[in-house]
Amino acid sequence: MSERVAVRKTYKLFIGGKFPRSESGRSYLVQSSNVSLASRKDARDAVVAARAAVKGWAGATAYNRGQILYRAAEMLEGRREQFVALGIPGDEVDAAVDRWVWYAGWADKLAQVYGGANPVAGPYFNISAPEPTGVVAVVAPERPALLGLVSVIAPAIVTGNTVVVAASPSEPLAAVTLAEVLATSDLPGGVVNILTGAITETAPTLASHMDVNAIDLTGVTDASLASELEVKAAENLKRVLRPAPADHDWSADPGLTRMTTLLETKTVWHPKGV
Amino acid sequence: MTATTTSARPELSELGRSETALRTFLHGLPGVDQVGAEQRAAQLGTRSIKTTAKAQAIDLAIRMVDLTTLEGADTPGKVRALAAKALRPDPADPSCPHVGAVCVYPAMVPYVAEVLAGSGVHLASVATAFPSGQAPLEIKLADTRAAVAAGADEIDMVINRGAFLAGRYKEVYDEIVATKEACGDAHLKVILETGELATYDNVRRASWLAMLAGGDFIKTSTGKVPVAATLPVTLVMLEAVRDFRAATGRQVGVKPAGGIKTTKDAIKYLVMVNETVGTDWLDPDWFRFGASSLLNDLLMQRTKLTTGTYAGPDYFTLD
Repeated sequence: MSERVAVRKTYKLFIGGKFPRSESGRSYLVQSSNVSLASRKDARDAVVAARAAVKGWAGATAYNRGQILYRAAEMLEGRREQFVALGIPGDEVDAAVDRWVWYAGWADKLAQVYGGANPVAGPYFNISAPEPTGVVAVVAPERPALLGLVSVIAPAIVTGNTVVVAASPSEPLAAVTLAEVLATSDLPGGVVNILTGAITETAPTLASHMDVNAIDLTGVTDASLASELEVKAAENLKRVLRPAPADHDWSADPGLTRMTTLLETKTVWHPKGV
Repeated sequence: MTATTTSARPELSELGRSETALRTFLHGLPGVDQVGAEQRAAQLGTRSIKTTAKAQAIDLAIRMVDLTTLEGADTPGKVRALAAKALRPDPADPSCPHVGAVCVYPAMVPYVAEVLAGSGVHLASVATAFPSGQAPLEIKLADTRAAVAAGADEIDMVINRGAFLAGRYKEVYDEIVATKEACGDAHLKVILETGELATYDNVRRASWLAMLAGGDFIKTSTGKVPVAATLPVTLVMLEAVRDFRAATGRQVGVKPAGGIKTTKDAIKYLVMVNETVGTDWLDPDWFRFGASSLLNDLLMQRTKLTTGTYAGPDYFTLD
C-alpha cells in the first residue's frame, strides 16, 4: 500500500462565520504553516460582518449568550489535544477553558452588579442598566497565545458586543484554531472575527474606522503605535482599553474592567413617584 | 452579443396601428442568448475600478440616483427631508454633487416640489396605479395628470403586465401612448417590471414596445416584487436602446431600479453602460439608478476616498 499524502492545513482568516483567505492573497509562514496575512480590506470586511451581527447578538437574552459561551467552552475543552500539539502548555489550555466559563457565567449577572436603582433627589424611579457598545476592535496580546486571546475575546462578547480581533502575529495558529472552536459552537457568524497578520496593517484601519465603537489595545507593545491608535480612536470617541503592561499576569483574577469598559450605561427616569 | 435587427424599417412608426404588425415585429426580434447575456454581465462585473476612476464613478453615480421613497408610511415631513438630502447629500462636503431626481408617490409631489424648486434636481412621481398597474385606463391617466399638475417633471409608469403576458401588445402600446400624452412636457419612464416578465426575450420585446410607444426611459422594476434589477436584464435593455437609436435615431434612457444597494453594484452597472452603449449614456439624462439605500453607501465610499478612513452609517441620515 502506498503511503498516503498528508493533508496540510492552511490557516485562514475568520470573518462572518466563514474562513476566507485574505483578499490580498498574501500569506506568511508560522511554524511551517501558511497563515493568511490580513490586509486593510479584510479588516473592513470584518467590521461589516461584525456590525451585521450586533443586532442579533446584543438582542439575544443574557442567559442565552451565557449558554452559547458555555457551549464554546465545551468545544474548547474537546480540542485540548489540538492546542497542545500547537505547543500550548496543557495548563494554559485548562486555564483558558476556565476563563471562558468564568466569563460565560457573568452574562446574566453583570447587569445586577454593574446596573441598578439610583437614589435620585426627585419623585422618580431611576434605574441604570449596562448595554453593549457595539463593534469592538481588539488587538490580542502577543502571549500567552491561547489564554491571552480568550481573556480579551470573552469579556468583550459576553455582554453582547461583537469583535474584530487582530491576532498575535507570532502566535496565529492558536487564534485560527480557536476560530474553529467558535465556528463549531453555537456562536452566530460575525460575533467573533479574527484577522491574522501584521498589527501595523490592521490596527490603524480598525482604530480609525468610524463604524467601530471601541478598541482594546491590550496587545500593542509599541508605545508610539499605541498613542497613534488612541489618537485615531478619538476621532469618533471610541471607548479605549489601554495596552497591558509587559509584566501582566494573565493567570490572575481578571476583574470586571474588561467587561465594563466596553459597555454603555442606559439610565431611565421613570415618573413613578416611589 | 448579437445585435437585434437594425435594418432601417420605415414602417416602425406605423407598427402601433395594428395588433398583428406589433406582434409580428416583437416576435421577430432575435431571441436573447440567456447564458451569453448572463456570462457577459458577470464578466463586466469583474472590472476593477480604483482611485481616481472610482472617485469619478461615485460622483457620477450620485448624480444618477433617483432618490426614492415609495412607502405607505411616507409623510410630508419624510419626503421633505428626503428632498433636502437630494439637494445636498453630504452636508459636510460642499463638493458632493446633488442627485438626479427624487421619486415619490403622486400625493407627496407638492411637498417635494416646494423644496426642489429651481434646484436642477428633477422630481419624479410614479403613476398609473403603481405598482400593479391593474386599474382602468382613465384612472391611470388621471393619476398621471394629477402628478404632473402637482409639479412632477418625470413620470414613472408601469406597463400592464397582465396584458403584455397575455400577448395583447396593442393594449400595452396604446396605454403607453395615452400616458405619454397625459404627461405633456414631463419625461416618461416606462417600468417593465422585468421580475414578472419571466424571460429575457420578453424583456427585449417589452423594451422595444415601450420605446416604440414613445417612452423616454425604460426602467427595470418597481422595487415591489422579489426580483428587481439585475445586471443581465439591464444588459438586454441597454442593447435594446442601442439598437433602437441605430434604427430610429432617437435616444432612450435606462433606469435599473430595486436591489442596487452598494457602490460596487453601481459601478458594475456603469461599466456595463460604458461597454454596451458607450459614453453617450454615461449621463444623468440617460441613465439613472432607482434606489434609496444606495446613496448612503456611495456617500460612505466617497468619504473614505476623501478622508482615508472608513465611514460608518451612524454619520449619515437613515432615509
